[in-house]
Amino acid sequence: MTTLWVAILGVALASAAIKALGPVVVGGRELPSSASAVIALLAPALLTALVVTETFGEDGHLVLDERAAGVGVAALAIALRAPVLLAVALAALTTALLRAFF
Amino acid sequence: MSIGKERGGGDYLAGARAGLPFALATLVLGISFGVLARSLGWGIVAPIVFSVIAFSGSAQFAVVAVLGAGGGALAAIVAAVLLNSRFLPMGVAVAPFLKGGPLRRALEGQAVVDASWALASRGGGRFDREYMIGATLPQVVAWIGGTVVGVLSSDVVGDVERLGLDVIFPAFFMALLVDELRAGGRTIAAALIAAVLSLALVPWVPPGVPVIAACAGALLGLKGSSS
Repeated sequence: MTTLWVAILGVALASAAIKALGPVVVGGRELPSSASAVIALLAPALLTALVVTETFGEDGHLVLDERAAGVGVAALAIALRAPVLLAVALAALTTALLRAFF
Repeated sequence: MSIGKERGGGDYLAGARAGLPFALATLVLGISFGVLARSLGWGIVAPIVFSVIAFSGSAQFAVVAVLGAGGGALAAIVAAVLLNSRFLPMGVAVAPFLKGGPLRRALEGQAVVDASWALASRGGGRFDREYMIGATLPQVVAWIGGTVVGVLSSDVVGDVERLGLDVIFPAFFMALLVDELRAGGRTIAAALIAAVLSLALVPWVPPGVPVIAACAGALLGLKGSSS
């Protein structure tokens, strides 16, 4: 029980500190243009990594399963200008159907 | 739903509306967190307190995984820190757009979560503060509410996978990514580097590290000035 509470408090404090660090240290300063150029590319880089790890990662392995098909369908739908909600619903549907039938 | 990237001055309500679909996904994740925590014998209070004070799906699931596998508190904290280290560069990016003194900025920085951060990105490194905070609020409610529902109900976890709900988040991120990639050029190059890095690292390093390492793709911004 103590282990659990130590973990809970530790993680809560660490998460808050990580999120606070950037805003406190950088403050309201305008970042140099080179830093802005890097930050402008952070969104696509981070999003890509989140997609990759949440689609192909499982317990430290790379796997190709029904999730990949679902996420692929979402990408296709968005590329064809479908609304985000529809794209996500199609992704869940694709994954669920594949799991049901294979 | 339009993502609203074209918006100039932000407002909380528009952000909250944009955050709603994410809140739905967060609710499902919150429920599964509650059920999982309960199944590990955490009781009812601890998981709910955890969701209230940490508000971090990825970190909390990491703690479930580590403690559930017999790991200690320190190992659990390290895993959570590695996973959440991505909020460091995200926080630096939004910093110039937050308001007030250090304490208030530290508080506003807590509103940084993946989906809200991405939704509030206005391209060229600019961020919409009100939109981001607005988008986070429904997700906070959903995460805590979901946890409560989860610890109070029993076996619904199997249904999450059966219904394909586990792809909600990657599919959302993919949707946001495709929109980002329409900018073309270096955006695509940075995404490709990130994809290669994270794919290559997943089998070798602890969860969370591939995501933070993939940020290296953004260093492409240092090269030249054509955009």
